[in-house]
Amino acid sequence: MSALLKPRSEPRRNFKYVGQRPIRHDGPDKVTGRANYGADFTLPGMIHGVVVRSPHAHARILSIDTREAEAMPGVKAVITGADIAQNRAQVSMGEGSGDMHDVSENCLAHGKALYHGHVVAAVAAMTLTQAQAAARLIKVQYEKLKPVLDIESAIAPGAPILHDHLRTEGRAAGAPDRPTNIAARAVLERGSLEQGFAAADLVIEREFRTRMVHQGYIEPHACVARYSPDGQVFIWCTTQGPFQVRGACAAVLGMDLGRIKVVASEIGGGFGGKTTIYLEPLAVALSRKASLPVKMVMTREEVLRATGPTPGSRTRIKMGMKKDGRLTAASVTMHCESGAFAGLAHRSTAMCCLSAYRIPNFFIESHSVLTNKPKVAAYRAPGAPMAMFPVESLLDEFAQKLGMDPIDLRLLNAVEEGDAAPYGPKYGPIGYRETLQAAKSHPHWSAPLKPNQGRGVAAGFWFNAGLNSSAVVTLDADGSAAVVTGNPDIGGTRAAQAQMVAEELDIPVERVRPSVGDTDSVGYTDVTGGSRVCFATGMAVIQAAEDVRRQLCARAAKIWNVEAEAVTWSEGAAHPPASLDKKPLSLKELAAQMARTGGPIIGRASLSAPAAGPAFAVNICDLEVDKETGVSRVVRYTAIQDAGKAVHPSYVEGQMQGGAAQGIGWALNEEYRFDAEGKMENASFLDYRMPVASDLPMIDTVIVEVPNPTHPYGVRGVGEVPIVPPLGAVANAMARATGVRFTELPLSPMRVLEGLDAKG
Amino acid sequence: MAVVHFPNDWRRHTGGVAQLHVAAPRVQELYDELNRRFPGLGQGLEKAAVVIDGDIYNEAPYHKLEAGTEIHFVPRIAGG
Repeated sequence: MSALLKPRSEPRRNFKYVGQRPIRHDGPDKVTGRANYGADFTLPGMIHGVVVRSPHAHARILSIDTREAEAMPGVKAVITGADIAQNRAQVSMGEGSGDMHDVSENCLAHGKALYHGHVVAAVAAMTLTQAQAAARLIKVQYEKLKPVLDIESAIAPGAPILHDHLRTEGRAAGAPDRPTNIAARAVLERGSLEQGFAAADLVIEREFRTRMVHQGYIEPHACVARYSPDGQVFIWCTTQGPFQVRGACAAVLGMDLGRIKVVASEIGGGFGGKTTIYLEPLAVALSRKASLPVKMVMTREEVLRATGPTPGSRTRIKMGMKKDGRLTAASVTMHCESGAFAGLAHRSTAMCCLSAYRIPNFFIESHSVLTNKPKVAAYRAPGAPMAMFPVESLLDEFAQKLGMDPIDLRLLNAVEEGDAAPYGPKYGPIGYRETLQAAKSHPHWSAPLKPNQGRGVAAGFWFNAGLNSSAVVTLDADGSAAVVTGNPDIGGTRAAQAQMVAEELDIPVERVRPSVGDTDSVGYTDVTGGSRVCFATGMAVIQAAEDVRRQLCARAAKIWNVEAEAVTWSEGAAHPPASLDKKPLSLKELAAQMARTGGPIIGRASLSAPAAGPAFAVNICDLEVDKETGVSRVVRYTAIQDAGKAVHPSYVEGQMQGGAAQGIGWALNEEYRFDAEGKMENASFLDYRMPVASDLPMIDTVIVEVPNPTHPYGVRGVGEVPIVPPLGAVANAMARATGVRFTELPLSPMRVLEGLDAKG
Repeated sequence: MAVVHFPNDWRRHTGGVAQLHVAAPRVQELYDELNRRFPGLGQGLEKAAVVIDGDIYNEAPYHKLEAGTEIHFVPRIAGG
């Protein structure tokens, strides 16, 4: 089957297997250490590759002398930018289409090092120690250039320019056509700001800042690549998208896509950070040169220094409101720090920031700004957390000034079905109001607070994506089934897919074996990202199972010698027409007769899924603040979210809890810190302070289910929106606990103390 | 006729036109007509996702359009 899918019938409501909480099929391997991750793979004759990274944040590469390294014992290959040609192909990746010029440059510098840690060369040798020793002998001559390390420096007149060819995409009319560090600008507007603010009784204007933060996935990037003499390429790697690795490597290396096979390992977290490539094309290029398979594994320090964090941001925001609490106008100007290459977060920040509210007059302007820092990558709802944090903060301030309940204020302005999103189209059925109401009726909202505690609430929005997916369901002679899709399983999607097959075929979940296919064994599938796997790939799984069911009905029709259309399927069995005195044939009975009735049964589906159905979430945070030290602690936290239909509620809750934990870290502790030369100062988990289990209370969850009409079960994506509300919820709790409105994250003890001191 | 809404960023290519009624049987023919009227749109149209009555498609050239179909354009966004 192949279709541009747009199911519009009422989503199914009664389920036997969907909505249950079976043990995940991949669980035992993971908890016993048997699962194979990126660094666990080996091939016969495999050698080891390492990279040489720039010690400067901004420098021209004058020369690279590899002769001494190449002469080292055990060294089999050395590559530099000269070994990988530049090109401008577009390949679909995490946040959207990736410019392969930038991706290629980011993997291996051509002429200029653009951040501390930028790869300038790579070497492969028989042992890791030999490769590391050889890397130290590669002599790179640099001409140091002044680094650009913050938004203000980057956009100031006369700022050092990172890319001489760069002009602002979408620049304002009349803006000069000259090199710039502003890569792109996006604008959205509605109505008249002048009229909107004139109609307001209250106007608040503030500037907010967030810092670069990392996804913090536990598993570092790793791969093994083999370039065979006949030009066939095999890549094993940890990734959110094996098909995207294939496409990007083909484009970067100028290879035929059809000669590359990518196998995704188990993945130890990605959160968007593994939707691009870093080591993979280097390992292929080294393997091509060495004629041996090459393994490359990043250290934690390399992951933090030189993979893709999320942008830092600066937002100037002004909002107007009537005395009755209705918003009249909003003006938002954002700058997103994209690192050394253009990022795409300026688009989603512009689209997301006001998406939860009806505002008749607004102007939104967002920019992608280059700095000499690592190239940003997608991170869970890319752009949305920093875009909504200022809006949610101002709403809290309005509620305080008006003496209104902050949830009531949001309910008064909340978007609902039929409202136009700021980016144009009208919303279909969405669950924002229901989510707010669930928050308001939750016992947490009315529970008493202790001294030095404050309670904050904030909301989040994310589009959710559909995109392309494929699935194959195979029936076995004993009546069990296997399902194969092309999405690496980050959040328990294999279990959910097994539940969908179980639901359609009416066999126990334990009798379904879900697995992740490689790029040769299943049809093209877009990334595990965009909260799309359970939604879009899930639809492909359902259709593939339906395909199996249709074939089973045809087999029963053959046995009964009737037309296939006369056979119906219910309760896990084919039923004959009423005119025929035959007992129903169960799936197991039909499976046992496959060989005699026409051969193996394989169900297939591939689709392009539009309209994933936006997701909304609301978080409530209780924060306790030590006003002498500035140290704060989350003492109670509740996450409420519309999931459409939770296929496996435990894994939906896990997404909600994980997103909340990451968002709390972003709000309270995490930030990339650079010295004056642009070197990251906290490139370890000791100094880059992510929250751990002992830092947080048990995060309560409430799943709201407003069915998404574009999915047969009503499913919405759930993986990304959980990280959006925490920034506002934590900051609002801090404001309520301290009486200080903090506008810059993270709310580290030092920043809190400074705020308290300033308040006096 | 489909009702086409242009994003703010594109209006410099449409002479400031924000909304337009276009007779086209499918998205492909709609693009052809828009490119004919506003040649500057070309790359923007290619890169954007098309929103058809609220449903976002990265590519849907053969999607049939009905009278009154609302068309918007948004950046292609996948996520993380």
